[in-house]
Amino acid sequence: MELTEFVIKSLVILVIFGLTLLIAMYSTYGERKVAGFIQDRLGPNRAGPFGILQPLADAGKMFFKEDFIPAQANKWLFIAGPCLAMLTALMTSAVIPFGDSIRYDGLEVAVQAVEANIGILYVFGIVSLGVYGVMVGGWASNNKFSLLGAIRAASQNISYEISMGLSIVAILMMTGSLSIREIIEQQHGGNWNIWYQPLGFIIFITCAFAECNRTPFDLPECETELVGGYHTEYSSMKLGFYLFAEYINMFISSAVISALYFGGYNYPGMDWVYAQLTSAFGDVAGHNVATLIGTAAFFAKALFFVFFYMWVRWTLPRFRYDQLMNLGWKNLIPLAILNIVITGTGVLFLKPIITALLN
Amino acid sequence: MSSPTIQYEYRPEHFANSEPNKYTAATLRREEMVLNVGPQHPSTHGVLRLEVVTDGEVIVDVVPHLGYLHRCFEKHAESLPFNQIIPYVDRMDYVAAMNSEHAYVMGVERMLGIENDIPKRVEYIRVLVAELNRLASHFIAIGTYALDIGAYSPFLWLIRDREHILRMLEWTCGARMLYNYIWIGGLFYDLPVGFEERCSEFIKYLKPKLTELQQLVIENKIFVQRTAHVGVLPLPTAINYGCTGPVLRGSGLRYDLRRVDGYSVYPELDFEVPIGKGEVGTLGDCWDRNWVRVAECRESLKIMEQCLEQLTQNYPRTRDFNPQAVVPKKIRPKAMDFYARAESTKGELGFFFRTDGRSDVPVRCKARACSFHNLSVIGDISRGALLADLIAIIGSIDIVMGEVDR
Repeated sequence: MELTEFVIKSLVILVIFGLTLLIAMYSTYGERKVAGFIQDRLGPNRAGPFGILQPLADAGKMFFKEDFIPAQANKWLFIAGPCLAMLTALMTSAVIPFGDSIRYDGLEVAVQAVEANIGILYVFGIVSLGVYGVMVGGWASNNKFSLLGAIRAASQNISYEISMGLSIVAILMMTGSLSIREIIEQQHGGNWNIWYQPLGFIIFITCAFAECNRTPFDLPECETELVGGYHTEYSSMKLGFYLFAEYINMFISSAVISALYFGGYNYPGMDWVYAQLTSAFGDVAGHNVATLIGTAAFFAKALFFVFFYMWVRWTLPRFRYDQLMNLGWKNLIPLAILNIVITGTGVLFLKPIITALLN
Repeated sequence: MSSPTIQYEYRPEHFANSEPNKYTAATLRREEMVLNVGPQHPSTHGVLRLEVVTDGEVIVDVVPHLGYLHRCFEKHAESLPFNQIIPYVDRMDYVAAMNSEHAYVMGVERMLGIENDIPKRVEYIRVLVAELNRLASHFIAIGTYALDIGAYSPFLWLIRDREHILRMLEWTCGARMLYNYIWIGGLFYDLPVGFEERCSEFIKYLKPKLTELQQLVIENKIFVQRTAHVGVLPLPTAINYGCTGPVLRGSGLRYDLRRVDGYSVYPELDFEVPIGKGEVGTLGDCWDRNWVRVAECRESLKIMEQCLEQLTQNYPRTRDFNPQAVVPKKIRPKAMDFYARAESTKGELGFFFRTDGRSDVPVRCKARACSFHNLSVIGDISRGALLADLIAIIGSIDIVMGEVDR
């Protein structure tokens, strides 16, 4: 019994890990295809059919390039930077519930690496550690452009984490739980948080853009001002790690957005589908198929947001540093606090009234 | 053979030798830092090197260092016959070669005194190709500017539209960028058969694209935020530095050599000279300069339409028309000092000639490059701005290093 559970759990972890990597890998391809679509060109189409092998070709190129470390760089930190970025990016996917649960041999295993009752806090903690990778790498390069990029990254991420955290507080007040699974479960039946928290969602997605260093908030690595920002001096797979970490972060934040605001693995009419499937295939197989459909729904939502990231990137210009800070501190934080007050009022006064009316 | 373990040994004295700076550690204050922007920087539009003294991200001073693309145009010109200089003129402002050729050729023609013998059809073709090239040059300017601001897509959209222009110009003379099409006394060839139709089709295609461009880039909220009140160039400063072209017009002076000098057939054509009005920010900011460029694109289309009308109705293609009819066999102007100027895409492009009347080569040929004069203002208008603004300012001045360094 113990062994089967262990094996299934390991499989789930492996699949989630592999899927995260795969999606990050193919979002580089997706990004270039989306860019090609928006810019009226084809995008990668040479490696394999429709250029489907392009990520592999890119990775191969990255591995074979010269791994250059500048003479004046701090060697250990220079290596540690991309490692930290990659490590923190990969750790976040552990607590995200990608689906309901899988039944096998009388066991019920959640489609989630670790069920943590403080899942949200864990995600935030790890994400805020992610800035260390950028800072350490930028500082260790001993390059002024890298240093400026690292400083920008540090201040930007710290300022946007505040409003991100505040926008989450409103959700936590509504659900009363820090576990992502529980938050998803409460959104069952079209009861998505986006209906109650539109303002919080806008704040959250803006901050998510800033956290992932994506346009219009890609100041730490903005090519036209700082050459390459914090990764100016990086080459080979170290650079690959930074870029890859960015795509993983993008996917994870899309997953968090869809979990917190768009019902995660819930989809309209899922109860009906569940009833049909269990009556057709039995309790075990039907449940598993329903879980897989839910997971697919989750991925569809997350991938839509990945697409949204790309869409915005190829449409909008970049903010200036002071405008970014103004937006973060003078607009988003007051809005997030306002959102908390509104939510608090709603939870305290409106909710009893509405429940009373409904009953 | 033992392989060296150190790939590059850092020696500060090498740095001092190779990169002469105005500011050294001794002249800087404690909180200041010298940041070398360029010559290999993605948004200095070529090999411009800016020695930027920054206090955090705030710019204290900017010192441009030039000469990385110096190709001795003026010295070359002293050993070449007048007609063989034209390809070198092409290579000065390589994104607007037709305009440079036009200016140079007019100068030599006036020295020879044959400027009134040029057939009207030739003049209209010259204006048509020059305006086509002006469009191409402005597309590069606006596109790379959007790129500097951080928007990638408009750049490729504009490159796509510019490609149509390059294909048309390639059709006329065989080259995509460096044409050698306008000759002293005429043209290399007449326009190819069907060019007029294709050109009017292109104008029809481009008009909605320009509106699209204006909505996507120029009126974008973030774009306006990034460019309004940034790099404000007051009119007196612009005049004192000798700025011309969209940089000067962006500051609010209606000064366009096509109207002021009225050379070629421009007096017969109907077009406006757009000037900056400070609509969204201060008069003379980066936004105004870019708005002027977009408005000029519209005016160029207008000019092209009129040229095409003239070329199809009043001066149509004939079988025995020879565009090289007036091309002189021998180009030997009298001994004189002569200055000829024309409105290139970036401002006043002038050529100063000194001839001795005895040889086929100029004794001196000095080019007054508009990019060079426009660039000189950069230190003045970027002090106190942020590092991101500096990039925006360089882009809004629209320099081509081939012309700055010559």
